[in-house]
Amino acid sequence: MAYEPFKILKSTAVPLPIENVDTDQIIPARFLKATERKGFGDNLFRDWRYHQDGSPKPSFVLNDTTYTGKILVGGKNFGSGSSREHAAWAIYDYGFRCVVSSFFADIFKNNCLNIGVLPVQVSEAFLAEIFDAIEANPNTELEVNLSEQTLTLSSNGKQESFAINAYKKDNLSNGFDDIDYLYNIRENIDQFAENLPL
Amino acid sequence: MKKTLFDKVWDSHVVQSIENGPDVLFIDRHMVHEVTSPVAFLGLKNRGIKVRYPERTFATADHNTPTLNQHLPVADPLSAKQLAALEENAKANGISYWGLGHEKNGIVHVVGPEYGITQPGATIVCGDSHTSTHGAFGAIAFGIGTSEVEMVLATQCIMQPKPKKMRITINGKLSHGVTPKDVALFIISQLTTSGATGYFVEYAGEVFESLSMEGRMTVCNLSIEMGARGGLIAPDQKTFDYLKDREFTPKGAEWTKAMTYWETLYTDQGAEFDKEYHFDGAEIEPMITYGTNPGMGMGISKSIPTVEEGSNGAATYKKSLDYMGYAEGDQMLGKPIDFVFLGSCTNGRIEDFRAFASIVKGRKKAENVTAWLVPGSHNVLKSIQEEGLLDILESSGFELREPGCSACLAMNDDKIPAGKYAVSTSNRNFEGRQGPGARTLLASPIVAAAAAVTGKVTDPRTLL
Repeated sequence: MAYEPFKILKSTAVPLPIENVDTDQIIPARFLKATERKGFGDNLFRDWRYHQDGSPKPSFVLNDTTYTGKILVGGKNFGSGSSREHAAWAIYDYGFRCVVSSFFADIFKNNCLNIGVLPVQVSEAFLAEIFDAIEANPNTELEVNLSEQTLTLSSNGKQESFAINAYKKDNLSNGFDDIDYLYNIRENIDQFAENLPL
Repeated sequence: MKKTLFDKVWDSHVVQSIENGPDVLFIDRHMVHEVTSPVAFLGLKNRGIKVRYPERTFATADHNTPTLNQHLPVADPLSAKQLAALEENAKANGISYWGLGHEKNGIVHVVGPEYGITQPGATIVCGDSHTSTHGAFGAIAFGIGTSEVEMVLATQCIMQPKPKKMRITINGKLSHGVTPKDVALFIISQLTTSGATGYFVEYAGEVFESLSMEGRMTVCNLSIEMGARGGLIAPDQKTFDYLKDREFTPKGAEWTKAMTYWETLYTDQGAEFDKEYHFDGAEIEPMITYGTNPGMGMGISKSIPTVEEGSNGAATYKKSLDYMGYAEGDQMLGKPIDFVFLGSCTNGRIEDFRAFASIVKGRKKAENVTAWLVPGSHNVLKSIQEEGLLDILESSGFELREPGCSACLAMNDDKIPAGKYAVSTSNRNFEGRQGPGARTLLASPIVAAAAAVTGKVTDPRTLL
């Protein structure tokens, strides 16, 4: 599924300073029944966001209008657990284009990269600073520059660079996906398949 | 160049390496289920691409299936639609399909090995993080997202950077009452829920060598719970004996050829790992979790660590214990429980049912406990009946349900009610994992059995 190319994103951010946010929290299993990629944003963080009767929990950050933006900032080890890509879809569908944390679970990170959500890994210290800055002023903006691979905190201009491999960077900046690449080398793949060890 | 087992299997499947990018990895076997595949099939359709190697993909329905009255139409319309989509997609693309009611139906990671789809040296993926289970056979097996499911359907490849390598060696002998599940929960408690992120793990040493194939599957299954992409164990005679004459394993001369290759699948002496851990098997006791990630586990006789002793920040730790209704320093032994769940791709195999039955035999289910016993497959169910385990379970007051993932992820109706405690042989104790508000204590089948007959957290060694 095509997505919008990622260049520079400047936005306020939504803080979620909790560690080990697993994909069951991002979207619980009972909301994985769709056969199309539609409407997952409505159930993003469902059980933290809503009571069982469907009424919103006012204390949860997504229900607090003070915090808005296209960047979600989470505690370390974000996205652990289930491989459900629905978690990344829910984040994208809700309107986030970037998740910032000091550590990401592998499958979640891959899933994000595959659908056009940029995972930005920063140091523990910078993450703490970002949380503090947003708490002090919810209008604090973060600027994510993919080509420069930098994240800048607008409040004090502090910047950190982040890692991303050149292939994925190219994909994200152009809105390409892996199938485009793989499909183009399908003859090589077929040839390879003839010579497998078994 | 000395290679690890992981290197040997990975490197032999690399179609192409992209500089400063991922490897294009060829996938031998692809398992699909109803939840993470429909959007991938839809994607293919939208691109006008056909499944390239349908004979390498196997479909089974498990995550979203009822565990009662499977002969009746599925009541929930959304679930029914998702199951119908899997059947339609499998049939339209010529993919083997073991749907609800099929004699080979069961949890994807239970049926794969049962029918010999899982083999040493293979690359195996599935849109499910517990695909790591298949590593028990010396395969590279790991969970993928739906975009990658689509890639495999379209081209039989995915694109991933090669993970780093970790080896966890446990020598010594396990004490009586210590099971493969305890070994895994022990490792995760030591490494934490993210301690192996970025790594592929090889399990080595006497403890893993001594485990049955099913025990090895339980260990490899839980690799993801410490963040690892997967875990694997070098194949040995036990592996080959298990696989011989299964439906999808090679036969005759092909078997001999396969064996010749499989016997080369071990880590060379002196091959290097990026990280190594060593533990003593004798130090492991029956484990139980007290928090909301699988790393929050401890020996059943110990007390809940204080925040200073834990690896999480204070706020996260407090949130977790508050959710569980526990406090720092609490003893787990004697804590009341409400539900017991025996099943899942972690502990839903015949040896798990044998272990459970060995404890409940001659005892009665506690009145305050609701027990859900869910075999991992129809094949497991059949063995339970044939071995006489069903009689033992029933005379102790237990009932058996029909195969599926069930309360492990509570996607069907098998949901633990809010606030209730469940001792569960599954793999995740995340908030709400087993139902909104449910509180999960992960443990082995015998710890679950001990809880089921006593109505509280009980050291199974007192009942052996």
